[in-house]
Amino acid sequence: MYPRAFSYHRASSLKDAATLLSQLGEGAKLLAGGQSLIPLMKLRFANPVHLVDLNFISGTSYIREQDGAFRFGPLTRHAEIEKSASVARVPILHDCAAGIADVQVRNRGTIGGSLAEADPSGDWATVLLTLSCEVRCAVQSSDRTLKLTEFLKDAFTTALAPDELVSEVIVKVPPENSGGAYIAFKRTAPVYPTASAAVQLTVEGDRCKDITIALGCVGLLPIRAREGEAALRGQQITPKLIASAADAARAAADPQSDMRGSADYKRQLVGALVKRATEAALRRARGQQVEVSHIYA
Amino acid sequence: MPEAAPGVSIQVRVNGKLHPREVEPRKLLVEFIREDLELTGTHIGCDTTYCGACTVLMNGAAVKSCTVFAVQADGAEITTVEGLAKNGDLHPIQKAFGDCYGLQCGYCTPGLMISALQLLKDNPTPNREQIRKAIAGNTCRCTGYQNIFKAIENAATTMRSPSHAD
Ligand SMILES: Cc1cc2nc3c(=O)[nH]c(=O)nc-3n(C[C@H](O)[C@H](O)[C@H](O)COP(=O)(O)OP(=O)(O)OC[C@H]3O[C@@H](n4cnc5c(N)ncnc54)[C@H](O)[C@@H]3O)c2cc1C
Ligand code: FES
Ligand code: FES
Repeated sequence: MYPRAFSYHRASSLKDAATLLSQLGEGAKLLAGGQSLIPLMKLRFANPVHLVDLNFISGTSYIREQDGAFRFGPLTRHAEIEKSASVARVPILHDCAAGIADVQVRNRGTIGGSLAEADPSGDWATVLLTLSCEVRCAVQSSDRTLKLTEFLKDAFTTALAPDELVSEVIVKVPPENSGGAYIAFKRTAPVYPTASAAVQLTVEGDRCKDITIALGCVGLLPIRAREGEAALRGQQITPKLIASAADAARAAADPQSDMRGSADYKRQLVGALVKRATEAALRRARGQQVEVSHIYA
Repeated sequence: MPEAAPGVSIQVRVNGKLHPREVEPRKLLVEFIREDLELTGTHIGCDTTYCGACTVLMNGAAVKSCTVFAVQADGAEITTVEGLAKNGDLHPIQKAFGDCYGLQCGYCTPGLMISALQLLKDNPTPNREQIRKAIAGNTCRCTGYQNIFKAIENAATTMRSPSHAD
């Protein structure tokens, strides 16, 4: 399948890419990993007149740890994050990177492209919502830093202006005694999840000091299950309380029926995923090594 | 909307041989490999980034070549299934797929062997679970995968042996 014809521009720096975007106007699109954009172009759902390729810019694919935060370059591939030993100390980030599609897609796809795409089924936004995350956005001559919640506006919609790009993703390292887990239910590897749950918590003694729960693929944006969080925050975590949190998460979900399953099915599913992710997060917060894997139908 | 965008000059090294060519920007890497270079071992199955029949190594990393533009491979090193055999000798992965009946119709096989190559370069002693993850992006409609697991394990053993240089 061939996409519509387009002119190809190779950006030499992020600044150059932003300049090209503003010069070329609305018909221009950035090309990062291409793992969302190229399939859409082949199906002719996306028909850019100009494509600005970011892949030849050096120094845009990095993972730096600095001042208690991870800084990811816009072109940092899912596979690099999956393999990073420093990122593995924040296991929920590893769960996310390692579970996206398959080896080939992870070798190309980028964290910047994923957030910019804002696919309601994308994994990164769901996971990063449970952490403290900021997105640096740049135009030709200036940049600004947005909280992830300010960056994500709606399904496939972000706060980015047409000539603005994601230049860095900043994720705070969680405090001591924290643990998190991300579990998705997938029909096979190279498809988006049917539903997913991300849980990040901090323990103090035998109590849950703080917790964030985010649900994926069950709304136009990832959903914070705040009542579920409230059920556990400050409490000694028991199976009964986890079950209440899962019920609250089911109530917070706003799924739609589609080929992946009915709305009712997804609502049931997301509660079960919250339960499993909370149990794994808790064990990790207590210092146990817990391998987490997505569930494949 | 430009009817045909200007061609772009690229140089791609495929299986060790440098190919300077001019390509239309919308040409996919898999079409470049199959049509321009006439290396038809790399297959197109789904053409939608699902099946992995088009898998090649690009600078050492497995990619689905139906989801990369040829212009993006400018300056890159590509390995296709044709690059596996050396001087007429089958690569251990090729030999193992034959010995273990790791193929039936063979449509998926080039992509699976490239995914196996990527795995065994990074991890010479993979367990079943690691093999399963490594080939999760490759669909086989014939074999049921069991013999593919065996073939990759068999290839791993051969490639670990001191007599295998490469
Ligand atoms: C078979 C398959 C299965 C997949 N499964 C999953 C899955 O399970 N979970 C998941 O999360 N994802 C999945 N993906 C998507 C994958 O993670 C993509 O890599 C990701 O969504 C987009 O990243 P990219 O780098 O490929 O972006 P591209 O496709 O290059 O770009 C996507 C969009 O973002 C824009 N863009 C890219 N970079 C920037 C930037 N720096 N600043 C501003 N705009 C930018 C582009 O212009 C484009 O509109 C799957 C993809 C495929 C093909
Ligand atoms: S043809 Fe490329 S993934 Fe199927
Ligand atoms: S052998 Fe026929 S698809 Fe795999």
